[in-house]
Amino acid sequence: MADWDWQVFCKDTIEGEVIPRCFGGGGDITYLDWMLSAWGWTLSVSLLSLAVAIVFGSLMGILRTTPNRGLVFLGNAWTELFRNIPLLVQIVLWYHVVPAFIPALRGVPSFLLVVAALGLFTSARISEQVRAGIQSLPRGQRMAGLAMGFTLPQTYRFILLPMAFRIIIPPLTSESMNIVKNSSVAFAVSIAELTLFAMQAQEETARGIEIYLAVTGLYFISAFAINRIMHFIEGRVSVPGLIAAGGK
Amino acid sequence: MKITSIVAAGLMTAAVTALPALAQDAGTLKKIKDSGSVTMGVRESSGGLSFTLGDGKFAGFHVELCERVLADVRKQLGMSQMNVKFQPVTSQNRIPLMQNGTIDIECGSTTNNAARQKDVAFAVTTYVEEVRIATKANSGITAIAQLNGRNVATTTGTTSVQLLRKHERATGVDFKEVFGKDHADSFLLLESGRADAFVMDAQILAGLIAKSKTPGDYRIVGEVLNVEPINIMLRKDDPAFKKAVDDSLIKLMKSGEIAKIYDKWFMQPIPPANVRIGLPASEATKAAWANPNDKPAEDYAKK
Repeated sequence: MADWDWQVFCKDTIEGEVIPRCFGGGGDITYLDWMLSAWGWTLSVSLLSLAVAIVFGSLMGILRTTPNRGLVFLGNAWTELFRNIPLLVQIVLWYHVVPAFIPALRGVPSFLLVVAALGLFTSARISEQVRAGIQSLPRGQRMAGLAMGFTLPQTYRFILLPMAFRIIIPPLTSESMNIVKNSSVAFAVSIAELTLFAMQAQEETARGIEIYLAVTGLYFISAFAINRIMHFIEGRVSVPGLIAAGGK
Repeated sequence: MKITSIVAAGLMTAAVTALPALAQDAGTLKKIKDSGSVTMGVRESSGGLSFTLGDGKFAGFHVELCERVLADVRKQLGMSQMNVKFQPVTSQNRIPLMQNGTIDIECGSTTNNAARQKDVAFAVTTYVEEVRIATKANSGITAIAQLNGRNVATTTGTTSVQLLRKHERATGVDFKEVFGKDHADSFLLLESGRADAFVMDAQILAGLIAKSKTPGDYRIVGEVLNVEPINIMLRKDDPAFKKAVDDSLIKLMKSGEIAKIYDKWFMQPIPPANVRIGLPASEATKAAWANPNDKPAEDYAKK
């Protein structure tokens, strides 16, 4: 531990000189500047992917519980397609293979491709959770809703989904934290996020331990922040007397 | 603290030259003699320098040099046989594994620079790498200045990334960098048209082009962006072992044998695919063979 050198973060990325205030200016950047920008990329990829994943995952999860066999098949096919292919392979498919067939995709920035790939991969997992949440409700609730004269969409909107989403908050929390960690595959398509920063900066500075420790810390902080936010939401939306109220 | 270690190293060197027998009682040589085995750090895929043949076998220019050196070491130690073990290493772990003794000699593609010389030692320079640009032959690109506004690929975790940044800063040529996760991936970026050029060590570029579907479509162009000595890596502060390795390498250099070994790995078809890399020894490499030295990359940059 004695030979750790945390000054490495204050070094300029071109000349390797230590900059007094650790932040570069006038076009110069330090490794600290670079790492913070990399953190920004990691968070952007994660949060946008999470949005994509929740939208598509919820939709597909709902389709899988409808009475229409065609829709159930669509939801099942979607889920199995995206969860049976390894994430890194999906990223490479989106980046290298799909544009070979659809030339229009060539111009799409790799950032959007990664958001799509990570979002759709995670949507398959969320779809499974949403389906499980809806199916965990007693069948009588759906029947009661329809018997009351609600249409099927209204039954979902006012009866099934409010309960199902509350039930699946814990697995959804894990999934949201996973997305931060999974965003590290974005380095494979040239997104300057934390993992790419770590691989590159450790090579340039020969200070791998310090760099990886700092990056580990940032991943932990990001994932844990999401955990706390989800915990807060869980507490706020819990229905008193129903479901072990948000772990309190 | 630093001064004492320098003095200690100096005393050790003096002792070694005065009493060769004593030298075998310390460091890597003693470890080799006592254990009857030596561990060679090798790379899975470093062009013609060091690569895997599959099945736990490794080959390449530096691997063959190391095998010859270790044969000399075996003779020097008077051992009837010596077990040479291969340990694949990566650019991330090669220095820690050398420091903690997992590997005794690293025969890959490690750039000898001043920062690394604080942690490890290097044998005399056996290969000098030139960083160049590969483009598609029909792109019309022949110099780095033409890359203004274009996409330039390079591989994450290599010194070329930093080099590009420096060059961009110094010349004002503004290009967009795209990073491949490994060399094959970077080449795919060039092949698929996502990048207009791929900046990397010339021998890696030559190897990738040779192995590509249509080698005639690519060429290596433009000025030499950087020159770096690539050396066999040794443990620091072990002058007896370094001397044994250096003596053996210098012998190969003086006899001209090294040029033949180079020819075998870079000019002739090599396994596993039997393609030839086709990269003649650069002037800088020949100069290093003519005047054996272990100067770091920084000394090359000054020229």
